[in-house]
Amino acid sequence: MAGGTDELGARLKAYEGQPASRAGTGKDPVNLPMIRHWCEAMGDTNPAYEGPDAIAPPTMLQAWTMGGLSGNTARTGAYDEMSALLDEAGCVSIVATDCEQEYLRPLRPGDELVFDTVIESVSGRKTTKLGTGYFVTTRTDIRVGGELVGVHRLRVLKYAPAGKPAKAPPRPRPVVNRDNAGFWEGVAGKRLLVQRCAGCGTLRHPWLPGCNACGSLDWDTVESSGEGTVYSYVVMHHPPFPAFDPPYAVGLIELAEGVRMVGNVVGVPYDKVRIGLPVRVEFRRYEDAEGALTLPVFRAADALDALGDRGAPGAPGGEV
Amino acid sequence: MGTALPPLEIPITRTLIVAGAIASRDYQDVHHDAELARQKGSPDIFMNILTTNGLVGRYVTDYFGPTAELRKVAIRLGAPNYPGDRMVLTGRIEELDDERGTATVRVVGANGIGNHVTGTVTLTFAEATVTVTLTDEADS
Repeated sequence: MAGGTDELGARLKAYEGQPASRAGTGKDPVNLPMIRHWCEAMGDTNPAYEGPDAIAPPTMLQAWTMGGLSGNTARTGAYDEMSALLDEAGCVSIVATDCEQEYLRPLRPGDELVFDTVIESVSGRKTTKLGTGYFVTTRTDIRVGGELVGVHRLRVLKYAPAGKPAKAPPRPRPVVNRDNAGFWEGVAGKRLLVQRCAGCGTLRHPWLPGCNACGSLDWDTVESSGEGTVYSYVVMHHPPFPAFDPPYAVGLIELAEGVRMVGNVVGVPYDKVRIGLPVRVEFRRYEDAEGALTLPVFRAADALDALGDRGAPGAPGGEV
Repeated sequence: MGTALPPLEIPITRTLIVAGAIASRDYQDVHHDAELARQKGSPDIFMNILTTNGLVGRYVTDYFGPTAELRKVAIRLGAPNYPGDRMVLTGRIEELDDERGTATVRVVGANGIGNHVTGTVTLTFAEATVTVTLTDEADS
């Protein structure tokens, strides 16, 4: 989409005059239940749309041609090709801007619609409040038994949305293997599990296949209380990473049980983190483009008073 | 010039937006799924053009009565109709031919952001036809 010349626009122009759908048929004949649902939605109590001589509200014209969840089977290759070109250029969103309908005769229950759509015009590249894209105008001729009963012209803007995507960029995932899988299973269940050697009873973290003290390969786990203190820390300023918002503090936390663990220090401004700061584990759930993720972080909630900082818990603590 | 139609105020509820989308068989996610609407750069779901068209048609036939027949409805959308807003439809008869029974009405639907819709409606009544146009001046 970048650049001064509008090459895409020139390619799109070639689709003007091409059919967008050929001999499409309405999924249902004109019928009273759909008329009634329409009137309920619109709050339209016009008696012309009820009873044995009912006509369909003329403004339903397009509704009878809609593909619905099962799609529009009459669509031509030309329309799909043009849409694909726009999608590839980032113009993945669509919004209707104009609708012009002519009603040549009322539609009545039982009428079976056949429609043909042509791509009437494609604009050059336009920048709008929603984003930059192209206006595409289609004209649909609607017939019943060969008789033209209505003409429907629709103009849509197919555009690349302006602004940031709403989904958070993905955080890096922990590398889970057979040696540490038990730790991450514990985290998923909001338990902080520490490995304990079954031979000599030494606690260890991070998880390893064997004991550094006695060499035993047998182990079990103990659940940590989650209480600890900041043993050391760094404040990350650079380089930035899309999922994180620097500066933020990463702590090496010494748990009450004696092992040390790396995690975010939260609930305190990054520049108020100090060695010896008391913290307590908290399990945070993150939602991002790749799904949900639970991570242990360390909250310094009690420390705020000790530091004379009356800031709200959860205020700018950095996160990893 | 021309007679003004009494205004019609329509609360833009989430229910109206979704009911209108489904009644018009429009399953585009931006008309029922707020999360996906936000991903596409919209602050919330918004009313589809088919519903706006239906409301404009209803506004004009409410005034002219059940014998009126819509001949043409041409609308342009501006400010989207988001949930929690309200839209006030106003209209002014621009042309009226009693002998032929035709009228042209200009219609404007304004919400809290601006003009959601401007348009022109042409209709016939009894033996003849009327055109209603929705304009910015309709409420003046």
